[in-house]
Amino acid sequence: MSIKTYREAINEALLQEMKKDENVIVIGEDVAGGAGTNGEQDAWGGVLGVTKGLLKHFGRERIIDTPITETAIMGMASGAALTGLRPVAELMFVDFMGVCFDQILNQTAKFRYMFGGKAVTPLTIRTMYGGGLRAASQHSQCLYPMFTHVPGIKVVLPSNPYDAKGLLIQSIRDNDPVIFMEHKNLYDTSGDVPDESYSIPFGEANFTREGKDLTFIAMGQTVAICNNVADTLKKEGKTCTVLDLRTLSPLDEDSILEAAEETGKVVIVDESYPRCNVATDISALICQNSFDSLKAGIKMVTPPHTPVPFSPPLEDLYLPSEEKVLNAAKEIL
Amino acid sequence: MQLSREELLKAYQGMCLIREFDDAVHYEFAADAMPGFVHLYVGEEASAMGICMNLNEKDTIASTHRGHGHCIAKGCDVTDMMKELYGKKDGICGGKGGSMHIADLSKGMLGANGIVGGGPPIVLGAALTYKTKKMNNVSVGFFGDGASNQGSISESMNMASVLKLPAIFVCEDNGYAESTAREYAVGGKILDRGKAFGLDSHEVDGDNFFEVYEAAKHVIDNARNGKGPALLHIKTSKVYGHFEGDAISYRTKEENERIKNDEDPLKIFKKKVIDAGLLELTQLENIENESKSKIKKAIEESKDAAFPNPNDLLTDVYIKY
Ligand SMILES: Cc1ncc(C[n+]2csc(CCOP(=O)(O)OP(=O)(O)O)c2C)c(N)n1
Ligand SMILES: [Mg+2]
Repeated sequence: MSIKTYREAINEALLQEMKKDENVIVIGEDVAGGAGTNGEQDAWGGVLGVTKGLLKHFGRERIIDTPITETAIMGMASGAALTGLRPVAELMFVDFMGVCFDQILNQTAKFRYMFGGKAVTPLTIRTMYGGGLRAASQHSQCLYPMFTHVPGIKVVLPSNPYDAKGLLIQSIRDNDPVIFMEHKNLYDTSGDVPDESYSIPFGEANFTREGKDLTFIAMGQTVAICNNVADTLKKEGKTCTVLDLRTLSPLDEDSILEAAEETGKVVIVDESYPRCNVATDISALICQNSFDSLKAGIKMVTPPHTPVPFSPPLEDLYLPSEEKVLNAAKEIL
Repeated sequence: MQLSREELLKAYQGMCLIREFDDAVHYEFAADAMPGFVHLYVGEEASAMGICMNLNEKDTIASTHRGHGHCIAKGCDVTDMMKELYGKKDGICGGKGGSMHIADLSKGMLGANGIVGGGPPIVLGAALTYKTKKMNNVSVGFFGDGASNQGSISESMNMASVLKLPAIFVCEDNGYAESTAREYAVGGKILDRGKAFGLDSHEVDGDNFFEVYEAAKHVIDNARNGKGPALLHIKTSKVYGHFEGDAISYRTKEENERIKNDEDPLKIFKKKVIDAGLLELTQLENIENESKSKIKKAIEESKDAAFPNPNDLLTDVYIKY
């Protein structure tokens, strides 16, 4: 066990799985970098350095830098997964899914069902999402609800380094297509991560705080926000549960309902656009199944229905914050 | 050479303003004074100016993530642009877009773009408007060597060819896409891709303003006269890295020096016009100084300017909702 960053945890998961299984390959733009240049090879290791260092272990045969061509990247990775490789394809920013969604939506995600259960597509798509870097409307979106909407693809949102490693290893080993979504703001966060390989099963949400007065439901980057707010409220004498969903598809419905019923008061914190997002989905689930145990209307903390603005004060206003979450909690406590 | 003294001065003014703007952004960014991602155009100035000096206000362009030069060459106000980079309310897009989304429709600037390969399909649409309404205009789509590998670029060239649209595709080939060399990422030749779709295709030395200007004049005049689309493959180089903060370890020291010293379009222009006795050194130096003070003022004003109001977050998602 040692302290590692989220970035290091992801890198270590890739390293260990690639050592273990020669069918695992990494495909993407500048995942090593320096291709065809006279300068440093492995010059980038991904735009934020997450895959840096893999090149020296596995060479360009398994760390494959591609042209800028997301449709071909996703299609190639899907086809390779269908025929015997176990690719980890990188989509640099999830926003670029706009370029290549067909390969996910109509191809990979549907192979197994359309082909009557014959296809096995062990594809992992790693991608970066979320706001906070002042990266503006085309580089800051979350978009995970677009994937949870599609049957046939699993959606994973690790909230911390330990989960990032275990869930990425599970993603790579999983025989279904998985999109593994990394929040940009989490890369430099750190925590205890075992040195050995381990996996965390999908569909098992994690209780990061347990309490009696209120339940926060969170995913990815919003987990830390909720943990902090729960800690603040504890000092004020209120104890809260925080449920980290870990995977949005499959969704741990039992834990969600259990967590909601225990306190009867629910705040869901979701950084994605507010219409048809994870918060609305979960709130419908709770209303359908646990309506009688609710003691207050469900609160959702989300951005407004707007693109992500560039200007720093506007982006700060846009994003869910501890202050907003605390206020939402206090309204129903 | 049919350029007048006024036109030559205008070309140098534009190139200097682009240079000063992006050099200043380089220093501001390094001093942590500027938010977000910025991609600088230093070293490629002759391309933007050589193309845009053949366009009028009603003609349109679509730009890339490396868009400051295109914006300035198409007439966007540098103070409004600078305010945008600082996320200020009076920025050219109200602070909502930032460096990668600068647009000024009144100037025919249809937007920088955060999506590689996002611009050229939009240019098709502008060109279709001109064709449908029998307007005498053209639309120019800029993209990089890296972007040339996107399907959207091939699809756009083909569509322009099929519909014989007044669309010009300008590939600014600076040899790299992020840290990846063109030699690695481009299969075959960029020029041949244009030819394959039936476009009038030319390779151009992008460090030489006059060569860009001539080639652009040829294809733009033709497009205006209903002779259809074209591809210009402009060979150039960028002085700074992919974005600010890039260590540029994929280029050698010698290459960096060569780009700075031997491939500087401003130096090359200056030498040509002075050697040919077309302009005097003092005229050029005056322009350099004017650009410097203009940009200095733009930065000062931008830093002092107000941020958007909280209400601004919710406006302009729709016209009416
Ligand atoms: C669809 C999409 N894929 C990837 C990126 C990330 N990205 C931004 S610029 C860039 C390189 C572009 O290279 P090139 O087209 O040669 O333009 P240059 O930066 O050299 O001007 C990449 C990969 C993006 N913004 N959009
Ligand atoms: Mg390039």
